[in-house]
Amino acid sequence: MSELVKVEHLHKEFGKNVVLKDINLSVEKGEVVVIIGPSGCGKSTFLRCLNGLEGIEGGIVYVDGLPVEPESKDIYKIRQKIGMVFQYYELFPHKTVIENIILSPMKVQKRNRDDAVREAIELLDKVGLADKKDYYPRQLSGGQKQRVAIVRALIMHPDVLLFDEVTAALDPEMVHEVLQTMLELAKNGSTMIIVTHEMAFAKAVADRIVFFDQGDIVEETTDVKGFFEEPSTERAKKFLKTFAYE
Amino acid sequence: MHSLGIDVLLKGTNMLRLLKGLWVSVEISLISVVISIVLGLVVGALMTSKNKLLKAFLRLYLETVRIMPQMVLLFIVYFGSTRVFGLNITAELSAIIVFVFWGTAEMGDLVRGSIKSIPKIQYDSAYALGMGKFQVYYYIIFPQTIRRLLPLSINLVTRMIKTTSLVMMIGIVEVLKVAQQIIEANRRSSPNAAFGVFAVVFLLYFIVCWPITRLATSLEKRWE
Repeated sequence: MSELVKVEHLHKEFGKNVVLKDINLSVEKGEVVVIIGPSGCGKSTFLRCLNGLEGIEGGIVYVDGLPVEPESKDIYKIRQKIGMVFQYYELFPHKTVIENIILSPMKVQKRNRDDAVREAIELLDKVGLADKKDYYPRQLSGGQKQRVAIVRALIMHPDVLLFDEVTAALDPEMVHEVLQTMLELAKNGSTMIIVTHEMAFAKAVADRIVFFDQGDIVEETTDVKGFFEEPSTERAKKFLKTFAYE
Repeated sequence: MHSLGIDVLLKGTNMLRLLKGLWVSVEISLISVVISIVLGLVVGALMTSKNKLLKAFLRLYLETVRIMPQMVLLFIVYFGSTRVFGLNITAELSAIIVFVFWGTAEMGDLVRGSIKSIPKIQYDSAYALGMGKFQVYYYIIFPQTIRRLLPLSINLVTRMIKTTSLVMMIGIVEVLKVAQQIIEANRRSSPNAAFGVFAVVFLLYFIVCWPITRLATSLEKRWE
């Protein structure tokens, strides 16, 4: 078995507030895991623990066999294996699209500029934004910014991609273009861990559904279709009901 | 219409004296501004530190500077300290000390505000790309901080230039003082000189400060 991400007994608290308790999860290479659950259930925090943006109080996270420890020197190397896309894009506002994308390949991976630019344009072309390469983020729509953010993560050739509610801040008509990009990544065999509230998308893209509630994994299944038709836990049932209108 | 009294400035070396006075004002503010910016960057960075004692101390410093009129500070340093501490400092140096004391606090607060205004998640998104601490600050945080800081600090510079008009109170002959001297010396021959001469002084301040504020506005627009 090729476990790319392995989480064992992860425990996370902010002060006295326990956010994640005893989480165990493994993600295999090429797998698309979708995490759903009510707001404040700890799913975003969980993602941030995977690349060490948050420290953890107990347990351990491995990525590609290496322990993720925010204070360790290796953390910068490990983070290169993990791409992350955020809810509010978080492009660097003082840099153009192309500069946003090539900064890390050049400065972190020490690739030469021509090579980085060439790949950046290739990737931008795939998401239909090659003509926007010299724009500043403020000149782009939300959906365009988010696709640039995805390209910025991809150019680092990460082993796994984390998506933290990447469509939650977008206008409905822009959600589709971003999700389409993600679906293509999934088809091409990318390993992805996705936190989302888009249930139809979750159903379409997921190899496995993980349902979080109150800092705990309540339900986990590879029977994606079955989960959305008839989840086995009461809490998941209740949660899915909030998306249905009768 | 009465004479505007500008003709006084054409007599003898009056205009030259006025310009020399202006240079004194500009010189004092220039020296103070440069030192204040350097120290302000340090103080501002310290203001964002996690050390509570240090933060409280710097807060107190800033509040003190804000509450105290600059003129009182000038009097304390120039008249007060010379006697109490037996220091023999010139009026110009006293002025620079006061302006640096004031400018550092204000600049520090601007720096603090600019650093704080960068959302935490900008750091996260840079770290998530594998950047080290130095790279995050050098490529992401500082460039954004400077862009927010520059227009604000330029406004502080013009405020400092204008406030130099106070230093004549400790005997420095700067532009306003020269203007007064010219007016008084010509009180009989041109009683209207007050209007003309002060109008020219106003114009001189304007000529110095206006390009600076224009610069601030255009930078603000470019980086908005």
